[in-house]
Amino acid sequence: MFDSFFFSYQSLIFAVGINGLLALSMYTVLAVGQLSVGQAAFMGLGAYVSTLLTLDAHWPFVAVLLAAMVVPALAALLIGGPTLKLTGVYLALATIALGEILRIFCNASDLTGGALGLSGIPNKTSFGLIFGLLALALLGFVMVARSKLGRAMEAMREDEVAAGVMGVNLPAMKLGALVVSAMLAGLAGALNAHANSFIGPNDYGFDQAVTILSFALLGGIGSPFGPVLGAIILTVLPELLTALHDFKLVVNGLIIVIAVLFMPRGLLVWRIGRVG
Amino acid sequence: MSAVAPTLLDVQDLTVRFRGLVAVDHVSFTVEPGTVHGLIGPNGAGKTTCFNLISGLIPPTSGHVSLAGTALDGLPSWKRTRAGLSRTFQNIRMFQEMTVRENVMTGMQSRLQASVPEILGRLGRFRPEEQAAKVRADELLEFVGLAASADRRAGDLPYGDQRRLEIARALGSEPKLLLLDEPAAGMNPAETQDLVGLLNRLKQGGLTLLLVEHDMHFVMSLCDRITVLNFGRKIAEGSPREIREDPAVIEAYLGAKVAEKLKGGTA
Amino acid sequence: MFAQILQQLPQQLLNGLVLGSTYALFALGFTLMFGVLGVINLTYGFYFTTGAFLALYGTKLLALPIWAALPGAAVLTGLIAILFDAALLTPLRRKKAPELASLMVTLGATLLLYSLMTASFGTEIRRLPPAVISHAAYTFGTVRVNLSQILIMVTTVLIVAALLALIRGTRFGLSMRALAENGEAAQLMGVNTDAVVRMVSFISGALGSTAGVLIGLNFNAIQPYMGETMMLKGFAVIIIGGLGDIKGALIAGIVIGVLEVLTAGFISSNIKDSVGFILLVATLWFRPVGLFGRAPVKRA
Repeated sequence: MFDSFFFSYQSLIFAVGINGLLALSMYTVLAVGQLSVGQAAFMGLGAYVSTLLTLDAHWPFVAVLLAAMVVPALAALLIGGPTLKLTGVYLALATIALGEILRIFCNASDLTGGALGLSGIPNKTSFGLIFGLLALALLGFVMVARSKLGRAMEAMREDEVAAGVMGVNLPAMKLGALVVSAMLAGLAGALNAHANSFIGPNDYGFDQAVTILSFALLGGIGSPFGPVLGAIILTVLPELLTALHDFKLVVNGLIIVIAVLFMPRGLLVWRIGRVG
Repeated sequence: MSAVAPTLLDVQDLTVRFRGLVAVDHVSFTVEPGTVHGLIGPNGAGKTTCFNLISGLIPPTSGHVSLAGTALDGLPSWKRTRAGLSRTFQNIRMFQEMTVRENVMTGMQSRLQASVPEILGRLGRFRPEEQAAKVRADELLEFVGLAASADRRAGDLPYGDQRRLEIARALGSEPKLLLLDEPAAGMNPAETQDLVGLLNRLKQGGLTLLLVEHDMHFVMSLCDRITVLNFGRKIAEGSPREIREDPAVIEAYLGAKVAEKLKGGTA
Repeated sequence: MFAQILQQLPQQLLNGLVLGSTYALFALGFTLMFGVLGVINLTYGFYFTTGAFLALYGTKLLALPIWAALPGAAVLTGLIAILFDAALLTPLRRKKAPELASLMVTLGATLLLYSLMTASFGTEIRRLPPAVISHAAYTFGTVRVNLSQILIMVTTVLIVAALLALIRGTRFGLSMRALAENGEAAQLMGVNTDAVVRMVSFISGALGSTAGVLIGLNFNAIQPYMGETMMLKGFAVIIIGGLGDIKGALIAGIVIGVLEVLTAGFISSNIKDSVGFILLVATLWFRPVGLFGRAPVKRA
């Protein structure tokens, strides 16, 4: 019974786990009061790097996953280094630019298969791997939340100036958050590529970036569980209500508007404690 | 006791211009350790701007600030906090969503040493340090009289309590110098009286205070030394008694005419 | 080989100038909104699409001539821009929400609007009726230029001049600068800030729409997502030019346009679109205030 359920919904279940990781990657940045529109680009970097290493270089999967985290982290340093010293708007705009550069490059380059993308990627993922990594990431976030880092993050989100006066190392926190978020998104991208056998340059554009943001805002960022809840809802719901499927992007956009204007805490209003 | 204690805060020729307007104009003064130093002046005299310059929230056009002999020039606010400076804000800047205790523990940011792996694995320094921080936070809350509110949401506290919480939070970093920007603003007389007691206890504990305040009675009863600013310039400095009798100060506060009359009356 | 390049250069430069003018024209309203209202309003790209579609239906269904369709579309889009600002950004302004909240809300609205547009109009490319504008080309030596290209360059110059005159020379411009400097102080000084916000939204909407119509004319290709592509270029233009800087946007737009055309002509057309973004990243590293920016980029 469970087996047949699992079989028919395998790709949906995998998508839930992968989107959960993406939602956490978004949470990492939002939690320090920044906005990145580059999560899709980091994901795409992870997807392409991992696919090329699997198909062309035949690296073992563990090494592939590590590389899929390191490369987006380097991109995050490139983008975050200059922009995080400025107001938050600059990071948001620069991450959009990163996404565009990646999309243009992947569409143009032979290495990445151009507009056709890359196919025939062997499935090296499993339920255990995806959800194990998600659980591990969640555990890590809970540990961080209930510590001086969690307090520093929430302080930055509420009032960056006051957080600085408390002695919070603002540049390190911001850059750290962006790098961790890029690594998580890259990991999710690699898992996604190896779960779906195909990747294309237009899977990681603006729409996907905004969709990832809608996961986090729907669930709320009072705790790391909120974004994961948001990802689960927004991944499963369109599959259950097929009428919704065609308007997925409309709904995702609407959710962001409503969340920002009317429910800034999201669905999961519970706030995680900050004392370890 | 014959040795002169070194100056704690040294402000030299501090100047800042905003689009042609000179908000702070070549201001110099020093704060000696163990004293309560007042920074006063009429509205718009540049007191809060001075605080923002000293705590590193805005860069000066020129001038220098040093703390206990260490130059702070060019350092961002968080590094100044680590060097021993702490402050409160005129318009309270609480972390409203956090609890009262979490606010105070956030103030200890610079003192906590645990590394990321220690935090992730609950290893090494993490547990003892976090436990000690919690104990210390509760002591500080006890000290300012907010122990009973430790688990409340900070934004839900009444105004006067938020002011005291801000002081407790600023003490979390165990500063050498505490800057208080209008700590008595919006308090009723009883609350102000409590605050005077609290600040006196801090002084007895050896902490140095630099404060901006409008309530003259408060300033005169608490401060050992006072610096007066007007239109961004230092116009007087001295003991409360000297300041009270300084004609330039009276003129700045009451206007030239009243100062004339007062002079005429005493002559 | 070299002689051939030299021979093509004047035409390439002209094409770059035209393309750059469209970028500049588009970026003007965007940078104006940031300069005065302090928000990156991502729905701006949608005004571009809206203008093009309004002109399309005005000329097709109502058989309007282009000189009537263009200002008509500008006014209508300006009104839509006022509406969007009132619905999305005014509530956040009242709450004094952080700037990222306004960025996020317009990000969501953008996705919502484009998806709705695509759902109702499809993604196929629509064309203006051919009779709308003459496509005859004028030849100057080796350089060919057509009417819509001239129209784009002239309009861009006129609008930049008009904007600068408005900002520097009028009472309203003074109110705008006061609001840009400090909203609360402006209000205390008797500036009707709500009216300024509405007016700036209207002007931006009208500018976005005008850019959409002119670019629709020049490339004769109109579809819902045209605003999004343009928006991404717009980011590059306004950051390289300096956020809020009108003259900077003009020059940055033209620089990017010329470099793109030269890249396409002499290197590869596949990578021409990345020019602006690479310049953007370089600007952030080496000159984050933009080409001419002196404005503080960091708030205390």
